[in-house]
Amino acid sequence: MTGDADHLLPSDTPVALIDPYGNPVADAGRALPDEATLQRALASLITARRLNDQAYALVRQGRLAVYPSSHGQEACQVVAAQVLADGDWLFPTYRDTVAAVERGVDPVEALTLLKGDWHCGWDPYEHRVAPHATPLATQLPHAVGVAHAARLRGEKTVVMALCGDGGTSEGDFHEALNFAAVLRAPVVFLIQNNEYAISVPLARQTAAPSLAHKGVGYGIPGERVDGNDAAALLSVLGEAVERARAGEGPQLIEAHTYRMQAHTNADDATRYRNAEDVEAWVARDPIVRLSAYLKTDETAFREQAERVAEHVRDGLNRDIEPDPALLFAHVYATPTPQLREQADQLTDELEREGALG
Amino acid sequence: MTVHEKLSMAQALNRALRDAMTEDPTVVVFGEDVGPLGGVFRITDGLTADFGEDRCFDTPLAESGIVGVAVGMAMNGMRPVVEMQFDAFAYPAFEQIVSHVAKMRNRTRGRVALPMVIRIPYAGGIGGVEHHCDSSEAYYAHTPGLHVVTPSSATDAYALLREAIASPDPVVFLEPKKLYWSKEEVELGSRPPAIGRAVVRREGTDATLIAYGPGVPIALEAAEVADREGRSLQVVDLRSIVPFDDETVCAAVRSTGRAVVVAEAAGFASVSSEIVARVTERCFHSLAAPIRRVTGFDIPYPPPKYEHLHLPGVDRVLDAVDTLQWEDS
Ligand SMILES: Cc1ncc(C[n+]2csc(CCOP(=O)(O)OP(=O)(O)O)c2C)c(N)n1
Ligand SMILES: [Mg+2]
Repeated sequence: MTGDADHLLPSDTPVALIDPYGNPVADAGRALPDEATLQRALASLITARRLNDQAYALVRQGRLAVYPSSHGQEACQVVAAQVLADGDWLFPTYRDTVAAVERGVDPVEALTLLKGDWHCGWDPYEHRVAPHATPLATQLPHAVGVAHAARLRGEKTVVMALCGDGGTSEGDFHEALNFAAVLRAPVVFLIQNNEYAISVPLARQTAAPSLAHKGVGYGIPGERVDGNDAAALLSVLGEAVERARAGEGPQLIEAHTYRMQAHTNADDATRYRNAEDVEAWVARDPIVRLSAYLKTDETAFREQAERVAEHVRDGLNRDIEPDPALLFAHVYATPTPQLREQADQLTDELEREGALG
Repeated sequence: MTVHEKLSMAQALNRALRDAMTEDPTVVVFGEDVGPLGGVFRITDGLTADFGEDRCFDTPLAESGIVGVAVGMAMNGMRPVVEMQFDAFAYPAFEQIVSHVAKMRNRTRGRVALPMVIRIPYAGGIGGVEHHCDSSEAYYAHTPGLHVVTPSSATDAYALLREAIASPDPVVFLEPKKLYWSKEEVELGSRPPAIGRAVVRREGTDATLIAYGPGVPIALEAAEVADREGRSLQVVDLRSIVPFDDETVCAAVRSTGRAVVVAEAAGFASVSSEIVARVTERCFHSLAAPIRRVTGFDIPYPPPKYEHLHLPGVDRVLDAVDTLQWEDS
């Protein structure tokens, strides 16, 4: 045990490499990622925004039951996935559909939960993306478990575990960080601090100087980063992933961003925040900033984004007939006798209904 | 004085909180988003504005903390009414509920009571995604020390909540979220006791449907359809799962000799199992047929597109009624 906690504390202000106007930040103390890496991030950011806005439109058209959008948080979404290697894992929350897509999940499969066709729409092993977690912070101990198992199995896996600012108040957040620290598990905890948990502002969630400061109590280094600066995220998260891979244990990163839209389409944000508060964040948009810095021709990126949006529309506008057998198929490895009986009962009921016309 | 007003169940619950807070300064309301937002279902709408932050406030996002802090406040002279945002989000508080809320009176030989209410919007039928539609009543009903109640109408919602807040024992108050928006004339004045008392919602002579919470409207609709088909079904609404009103339920079943329990929760090891067991033990010689259950399947609550296949509906209830060994069929 070391008595020195200073090396665990985050920097005084969030790490930023590109300012809101697209200018490099002077004396940032870190190198900007190379041009190709930033180009790749920008391409994904543009698709990410398109995906968010397409999903939002599909809610209005009744094709999705609900959509918790990450509009405005796309830099966190994209970079969380981009800093991972193929063998790594991502643990997303309900708001992190875009991160799952960036990791390779088909966007239509990523939206299955919200369309209502099934719970998890993808095979978690295919791209090493855990199912969306809705019960807050409950995915974090799982992330630690996957990381610890990987270590026991001699794999070089790193786990990226996502969580919101509100989620940090749950007991599972505390337990996961403590386990990760004690086990020296290769986990990067990324908190997207978007300032709200539905209607509750961060000030009512914690009295800590910052969420990144929470790491020190567990012996985990914490860092803060501008969550709308893809370059800073690439640098900070990239470094955290590499350190975890090198056996240096877990890290806690707080990305400061903002939830630009209501919690979901079902929420009325006018009840708890002003339009001006949101307006102030428009100028800090993650895409505008990177775009202004790179000054590239974005035509190809926009075409790619449109292709993804079209794929999503096609997929979600298709009605999938529910298969009643699916209700009973995967409750256990082998359905119990009682479930087989209930499945037969339902089949019989549906046949009789069909016969009636 | 009896006052009548047309209210939805959500409004009736809001009114109950208001009236209780007005009458008793020790009543405090807290939970996630219950302050300025008024709760995601608006049950606490306007309470912070009207009673101040000390009486209705947002907490950090932690259910175990919410219930645990409520235990401490109840130990020290307050009457906390806490909100769990959805059924499945109460599970982080399970330890507090089962090990402390339910047991404090018993552990302290009656010296420490916990007059507190845990409000939980529960059950399905609203096309909600996973973790938003659980029927969790059996977990609580199985835990000695907790009262467990669930209204099926705005009037009962008001009466039960007032009584729950006044109760010397902790009450798990289950609100069927699909009924939040249904309106009726609500009687706000005189309130006959409702906790521990079932009511006959509809008279009938051929068989008894026993239901509670979200199952009640289905039972009533089934009775309506059956009536058109020439069969007279009685409907009993439990309102209170714990304490259980054996007297009213058994009297009803004895009067018809046949019964079907209707509940949304999975049937295995459930409240509906308990009802069948109790009634059979007490009314065996009055029964013309075994009591049947119409419940959700024994599966995790399914996705929105599958909800209609899972939930007990009128046809399933009437099918069950048809199997009650009618001599004439
Ligand atoms: C255990 C649990 N309690 C309550 C909820 C209901 N709920 C869903 S999202 C949310 C707010 C979460 O805020 P935050 O963690 O900041 O994430 P954000 O939605 O801002 O991305 C709440 C209270 C839940 N999903 N799980
Ligand atoms: Mg948040």
